[in-house]
Amino acid sequence: MSFREFTETIAGCNTRFMRGGSGQPLLFLHGANGAATWLPFMEALSERYDLIVPEHPGFGGSDMPEWLDNINDLAFFYLDVIDHFGLSGVHLVGQSIGGWIAMELAVRNDTSLASLILAAPPGIRIPGLRKADIFLWSPEETVRNLFHDQSFAEHALAQPVDEAQQMVILKNRLTTAKLAWQPRLYDPDLEKWLHRIATPTLILWGEQDKVIQPQYGPALAGLIPGAISETFADCGHLPHVEKADDYVARVTRFIEEVAR
Amino acid sequence: MKFYFMHLMPYADLDLDYDKDHNSAWITLPNSYYDPKKGHVLYNRYLDELEYADQLGFDGVCVNEHHQNAYGLMPIPAVTAGALSRRTKNVKIAVLGRALPLLNNPLVVAEEFTMLDNITGGRLIAGFVRGIGAEYHAWGVNPAESHGRFHEAHDLIVRAWTEPGPFHFEGKYYDFEYVNTWPRPYQQPRPPIWIPSQGSSETIDWAADPRRKYTYLQTFTPVSMLAKYMQMYKDVAEGYGYEATEDQLGWAVPLYVAETDEIAQREAKPHIENFLNKFLRMPKEMLLPPGYLSLKSMMGVMKAKMLDRRQADHRQRHGKGHVHLRQPGHGAREAGAVPKRDRLRQSADAAAVRHPARRTDPQEHGNLRQGSDAVFPAGREGRDCGGGLGGFSPAPLRRHPGSRFGRWCLATPPQASPGSTSSENRCPLIAASAQ
Repeated sequence: MSFREFTETIAGCNTRFMRGGSGQPLLFLHGANGAATWLPFMEALSERYDLIVPEHPGFGGSDMPEWLDNINDLAFFYLDVIDHFGLSGVHLVGQSIGGWIAMELAVRNDTSLASLILAAPPGIRIPGLRKADIFLWSPEETVRNLFHDQSFAEHALAQPVDEAQQMVILKNRLTTAKLAWQPRLYDPDLEKWLHRIATPTLILWGEQDKVIQPQYGPALAGLIPGAISETFADCGHLPHVEKADDYVARVTRFIEEVAR
Repeated sequence: MKFYFMHLMPYADLDLDYDKDHNSAWITLPNSYYDPKKGHVLYNRYLDELEYADQLGFDGVCVNEHHQNAYGLMPIPAVTAGALSRRTKNVKIAVLGRALPLLNNPLVVAEEFTMLDNITGGRLIAGFVRGIGAEYHAWGVNPAESHGRFHEAHDLIVRAWTEPGPFHFEGKYYDFEYVNTWPRPYQQPRPPIWIPSQGSSETIDWAADPRRKYTYLQTFTPVSMLAKYMQMYKDVAEGYGYEATEDQLGWAVPLYVAETDEIAQREAKPHIENFLNKFLRMPKEMLLPPGYLSLKSMMGVMKAKMLDRRQADHRQRHGKGHVHLRQPGHGAREAGAVPKRDRLRQSADAAAVRHPARRTDPQEHGNLRQGSDAVFPAGREGRDCGGGLGGFSPAPLRRHPGSRFGRWCLATPPQASPGSTSSENRCPLIAASAQ
């Protein structure tokens, strides 16, 4: 495990980062549960790329800035992050809400991006295709519904939660509500401008995703020019955890294809 | 001391076996459980009871607001209050309260309240609340904005009442080119404002601020804790350099009166248990959406593990002072003492809360009358009310001789502490207070 952990002040917000590896920059944007720990898929990606994993403002070890009201704020924040580190040719990889932020960023300015990889992102609404009401799920239901293979859920539920971790859970949940409560898990304006994304885009979805139906994958691919939609069999909302090896392989392969 | 009668207007015909298929009487319980023909009868019965409280001499009647549930059929309290405004003649009409953060346009409250105030010739009491957490699921309003929207809506409404219009309002959530409310309030400069709360120190400080001096209504709190909150308000007022009046302190409590304690307990038992276990039933994710409480308060809740709903036994509640089931005069005989008037002046006022889940109309009228007969004379003259109105027991006073307030405490829940929340003590059973 070779990564360093540090805090940078960007847009006035003390932001926690993990960063490891070398090569082309890969910026990973986490989902509603934050990015507290360096996970196996991160270790694998850091063997090929300069992997940068921030915690969004309002999540985990990052501050809750006064300016944070909605998803647009985080899109502009990450444009600031790219400028702050002087990054170019960025592979922007977003999981769930992180994927939503990545799309919001890309419709605004994708000139620094080399590829865009989105796993199970909310962000648009397809009439009649209602996403789950994650805010009515109990903590246990949430864990169980995130995974198709319940052994992952059992493992997660067996982990003790100390007071500091409980506070992070509550904080992440609060910021998720801030971003996604109303309109629920989408931005009415995003769909109108997805055609602006010129960056090669891969959309990944678990076929048994109980949070956001996998039908959203092809729908998004139809809105982003040239985007490819793929699925993982026997997989829930978190393919980077539940299908970590396959996830890393597909991310890597797509980035290599883009480079060719 | 003044007495108010509050009606929670449950859908009393609810199939109580609903919980075999559904985990809450709120939000997700299909409204196919509601029969409009039965609802018609209930609405008219409840309005009759509220009007009867006027004839009995209550100082006020209270209505409130909750959405999408079988617990209480009062989503739009201005309708209830409007129906009462012409049929009652003397009582104050307290809307306790309007859930401000739910509104896309808070000026609707400025307008409906001033209409009520004008129609009744100044009998309106304006209550402002944030609603309970379930409201944010029902109306889709972001609970993370709950506090911010409450304060901004409050400022807008009070300015609409007290500043000459038209004026321009610039807020974060609301922005109006023209605020120019017609009609203006009948009561000048504005109707009295009550703030029901569970004992949040921030709320007490905000309500006691000399710019506001709002009546603080402590809801569902044990006797011992109630004294603490009343004192907290007085201390805050003193810190601001003034002395809080009794009009600024109130509390709410469910109560039931019968000829003997035993009869009271027997008669009330199924209703109280249904109230707690059926009508208030909801998972904690529904009760406490993210942002409804501050992170610190939410952490306190998690640590105290207060959200585990236990099946309630009404005797336990009674024993802890949660609900008072008493015979008239019982407490007075126990005490054998008449409290001094100056002590009464220090104490808050109180009122009754009604949630007659299964009670019949005659039973309810009888209980209302029994309660009012037993308590009003003593309470208003500063004598001990005895056990009359379901537990104006002097016993708490003797247990807490240093307390100026314990004497009048009625019914209170166990376990309440600042920021703490359980399904029981979050329940918006309120009523009471000064004026």
